[in-house]
Parts: sequence; structure tokens; C-alpha cells
Amino acid sequence: MTAAPKHAPKMAELSLAQRLGPWMPVLLVPALVVLGALAIPETSSWLTLTVSGLAMGMMIFIMASGLTLVFGLMDVINFGHGAFVSVGAFVGVTVLLMLGQMTGAPSLGLNLVALMLAVLGAMAATGAMGWAFEKVIVMPVYGHHLKQILVTMGGLIVVEQLIIVLWGPEEIYIARPESLKGAITFAGAALEKYRLVAVVVGLVVFAAMRFVLRRTRIGLIVRAGVQNGEMVQALGYRLRRVFVGVFIAGSALAGLGGVMWGLYQEVITAHMGNQAMILIFIVVIIGGLGSVEGCFIGALLVGLLQNYVAFLEPKAALISNIALMVAILMWRPMGMIPVVKAK
Amino acid sequence: MLQSLLSGDMPRSRILAVILVAILVCLALAPFLFPGVRTVDTAARICVFILLVASYDLLLGYGGIVSFAHTMFFGIGAYGVALALTHMGRGFGPIFVGAGAGAVMAAALALLIGLFSLRVRAIFFAMITLAVASAVAVLVSQMSGLTGGEDGLTFKLPRALGPAFKFGKEALGGELFGVTLNGKLLAYYFVFAGALVLFLMLLRVVNSPFGRVLLAIRENDFRAEAIGYRVVYYRVAATCLSAAVAALAGSLYAVWLRYVGPETTLSMELMIDILLMVVIGGMGTMYGAVIGATLFVLAQNYLQTLMGAASGLVEGVPVLPQLLSADRWLLWLGVLFILSVYFFPTGVVGRLRGGK
Repeated sequence: MTAAPKHAPKMAELSLAQRLGPWMPVLLVPALVVLGALAIPETSSWLTLTVSGLAMGMMIFIMASGLTLVFGLMDVINFGHGAFVSVGAFVGVTVLLMLGQMTGAPSLGLNLVALMLAVLGAMAATGAMGWAFEKVIVMPVYGHHLKQILVTMGGLIVVEQLIIVLWGPEEIYIARPESLKGAITFAGAALEKYRLVAVVVGLVVFAAMRFVLRRTRIGLIVRAGVQNGEMVQALGYRLRRVFVGVFIAGSALAGLGGVMWGLYQEVITAHMGNQAMILIFIVVIIGGLGSVEGCFIGALLVGLLQNYVAFLEPKAALISNIALMVAILMWRPMGMIPVVKAK
Repeated sequence: MLQSLLSGDMPRSRILAVILVAILVCLALAPFLFPGVRTVDTAARICVFILLVASYDLLLGYGGIVSFAHTMFFGIGAYGVALALTHMGRGFGPIFVGAGAGAVMAAALALLIGLFSLRVRAIFFAMITLAVASAVAVLVSQMSGLTGGEDGLTFKLPRALGPAFKFGKEALGGELFGVTLNGKLLAYYFVFAGALVLFLMLLRVVNSPFGRVLLAIRENDFRAEAIGYRVVYYRVAATCLSAAVAALAGSLYAVWLRYVGPETTLSMELMIDILLMVVIGGMGTMYGAVIGATLFVLAQNYLQTLMGAASGLVEGVPVLPQLLSADRWLLWLGVLFILSVYFFPTGVVGRLRGGK
């Protein structure tokens, strides 16, 4: 009789690669920044580009976050999301133009108040529109992706045309508030003030979203709903109401993003939402549909890469985003931070 | 004979059959029935769009996949012919080389996009095609050295397809039923015959076992996979086939217009037009493409005039004139589009076939 083999259980420590795995997407952003620093010889231009890349990324994130949450929660894909961006920009800019004296005055306080009013107006308008959009356009086609894509696309066309009816077909030029014009010089690099504001706003929105999703009861329900909606409903929560709330919040965020994007480009058109949708989709796909963190990282990557490439090789900037998407989908087919569904 | 020509897919409705025959006769005899530059041009556009919409329906109606890159494939075919005719000189050889190269390239691109997105989820495909198509549209307008940029390319067709070429002088005196026999007439029949043959081929494809599997996947991809069909392969194959046919439709369009440009072949508006045509005509049936494209192109040409008149009637009422102005016809089409997705998901053809 042979002796039983020695029983020697051992806790194998995870290899470095395995421990790094979940953090890889987060590490990509600093890695890209370092790569940019290596590729761009002058530190000052690198700093300028990094800030503008971050600003662009933050704005894309603000616009895209609502779309990804709506998809995660209810499996609804909203191709009309760009309409909220356009409407937000038009409402916000209209408010800013009405407050001409406040934006023209060289006082930071007055400028910020005007900007806040514009943002609030835009968010209220797009939030209300989101509610109507959900009721009229999206609700009848739950659980049917094909029809969702078609119907929301139709909604986008109608809203775009209505904007043209209300505001006219010409593009509107808008100047930034007086104290947000110009740039400050830091370590030899010119940093546009408005971009710094955009970075701060983006960080605040991301922090607030993280806080709501991770620390509050409603956030808990939303996250649970993303993972397993039926179970949440079985526990007695009206997920539909939560969903409508998320849809409205997402639309309002798109409106905020629209105002910021419009001021960033200093010109708004009815088609700007549709154009922004392209970046938004790329970000949402590489982040992983339904993941807010993935969306944030993806947006920063897209913003930084676009700015670096545009500086190094202007012609390649167009396809750099597509190339990034292809690379990330080859690495992780479901996006960087895939949302695990319990269904 | 008819059965095998239509691949056994009869119209199954008397009214539909009458309409289809009427459209076929009108298109086949368009230069004789409606002589005139604008009407023949409309007829040629209808031929091209029937083919383009039918190829899109293979994807949307049969495959259940939404693509926003169909105009990109259409444009690849058109630019293929344009570039071949510009660089290889005029002749029929360059037309076929350009069309073939365009179709192959479109299929290859579709294969790439399909493999990337369709293996994960079909919904990715819609977003990725939207991104890729807009990138390509910008790229084409920027690479002005090759593509002519925003201005596009104007090129010369083979002499036999140009209006200066006259034939039948001895036998018919150069005229038939009062219509001058020239190269433009031949060009029209070139487009018509190409569209007809490719349309019948698509009809054959969707009524083959391959088409049935696509339908099964559209209805329930999970079950189709369980039965043993590789869903991804079928979807990717449908994408490639549809892209190749769209490219050929683009080639026909380029031959007819003797011009290609980003506005006419690659724009997002064109993509929305195609979506509207498919949905209004009826998804999941090739005859829907015929009805949808015919209705839409006619509406596009004549509805705007009507709306202009209506806008003139309500002059003085606030907002209404702007809502009804001829430039806002897309607004009403958008509304019509949403309503038809809700209430007539099977389109005109589905209605005529009795709510099936």
C-alpha cells in the first residue's frame, strides 16, 4: 500500500501580470501621456497638448456617460443621444447671448454666474427633452435593438430639423465669456483657461457620478440593475422609474457636454451632435458598453491620442481614433472594462 | 420560367404584382414613355437605388444587422469606376476593372469590420460602421490629390455611352418612336440591365438556403447557433455580399452621372435616405426595395415642389411656413420614418401582402 501523497496546499501568489490585469486600462492613460512626452521633443508643447487632450476627453466623457449608463441599465441603445448635445448647445448659447452684459464684463464672478445659468438652462431643457424622448420614442421599442436604432435615428433627424426650424439653418458663432478667454503660461507652456475649466468640470462630474453610483442607495440600485435587472425588480424596486431617472440625468449631462463643446469650438450647428456621436460611440465601445469608468478612461485616451497625433502627423489624426478602437477591440473584444451581466 | 426567374418568391398579392409590373414596364421603357432629360435621369436613379436598397435590405431585413456604412461601400464602387476611367483611359475595360476592384475592396472592408464587431454583438456593428463611414467620408474629401476632394471627379465614359454617339442611322433613320438613338440611351439601358440582373441575383440569394438561415438568425440568433449554424459566419457573409452589391450599384451610378463626389455618394444624408427607403418599402422583402426606392425618389423630386406650394398657402401663420418649407422635407420624412417603424414595421409590401 502506497502512502497517500503528501498534502501540501500552497497559496500561490498571483503573478505580477495577473495582478496588474484589472488595472491595465487605468494604466493606459499615464502610459499614453509618457509616450507622448517621449515622442514630442519640446516639454512646453507636450504640456499644452496634454491639457487640451484631457479637456477634450473630459468633454467627450460628459457627453458619453449618459449613453453608456442607459445602455447598461436597460439595454437601450440611443442613437439620438447626439440630439441632446445639439439642443443643449443651442439652448445654452441662446442663454449666453441673452446675458451679453454678464459675459462681456471682465469679472470672473459675473462670467461664471452667466455660464452657470446657461448650463442650468441647457440641462433643464435637455432633461425635459430626455423625459419626452423616453416616453414617446424609446418606450415602445424596449428589448428590440433593431427598432431602437432605427427609431432613435429617426428621432435624431426630427430634432435636428426642428433645431433648424427654430434657430435657422446658419451656424451660430459664440465668444467665450471674457475672463475665460486667453491662456495662462505655466512652465513655458500656454494653457488655455477654458480648457483648464473643462478639465475641472469633467473631474467634478466624474467624481460626482462615482459618488452617486458607489455611495448612495440609488446608485446601489442602478448598479444592481445593470447586473441583474429582474432580480432588482423581484426585490420590489420599480426599475422603470430608476431607468427614466437615469435617462433624464444622462440627457441633461449630454446637454452640459453640448454647451461645453459648443464653447470649446466657438461655433454651433444643428449637426454638431451627430458629429460628436462618432467620438462618443468610439469611446463607449472601447470603454465597454455600460461601464462609466471604462467610458472615462476611453474618453481620456481618445482625447489625448487625437491631440498628440494631430501635432505629430496631422493627416493621421483622422484615423487615429479608429486605429485605437481596432487595437483595443483586438485586445479586449468587449471593451476595456466589460460589464458583466448576470443574465 | 417566371418562377425560376423570381426564385419562387412571387409577389403573393395581386395589387403588389400589378404595381411591380407597372414599375418594371415604366423603367424598361422609360426613355420612350417619358422622353425628357429629367425624367430619364429620375428613372436611372430609381434603378440604381432599387439595387442599393435591395442590397441594404439583405443586411437589415434579412440579417437583422444595422449598418451605417452602406454609402461607404456605394462610394467605393463609384470611386473605383471613376478612378479606373480617369487613369486607364476611356473604354469598357476600365469600367469593369474599376467596378470589380471596387466590389472586391468593399467586400474586404466589410469582412474586416464584420470580423471585428459581429463576433461580439450585432449592436457594435451599427456604431463601428457609423464611425468608420464618417472617417472615410472625411478622408475622401481630404485626399484631394487622388479623389478630387470636395469637388469630386468628372470623367469620360467610353464613346458608345456618350450622347455624341449615334447609331441605327441606316435601319431606323436614327430615331425610334421619336426618340433619338444615342449613347445616352445605351447608358440608360446599361444601368437598367445591370440593376435588373443584380436584383434578380439578390432575389436568388435571399430565397436560397443561405437566405433562410439569415432569416432564422434574425428571428433568434441564439437558437440558430444552437441548431448548429455559425451565426458569425453567416452574418459576415451577408455583410460582404451586401457590400459588394452596394459597390456595384455605386459603379452603375458613376457610369450614369459621369461624376463622383462625396456629396452624391458618401454623405450621411444618403445613408438616411436608404434607411427610409428600406423601412417605407418594407424590411425583409426584396420587393420592398423596389417600392421604397421608387416612392422615395419620386417624392424627393416632386414632393419638395408640393411642400413649397403648401408653405406658400399658410403664409402669415407663425412657424408653420418654416415647418412646411421645401427645405424641411427631411423633418416630415423623419416623422414618417418613426411612425412606419412603429405601426408598419413590414412597410408597404407587408401591408399589401396582408399584414404578414
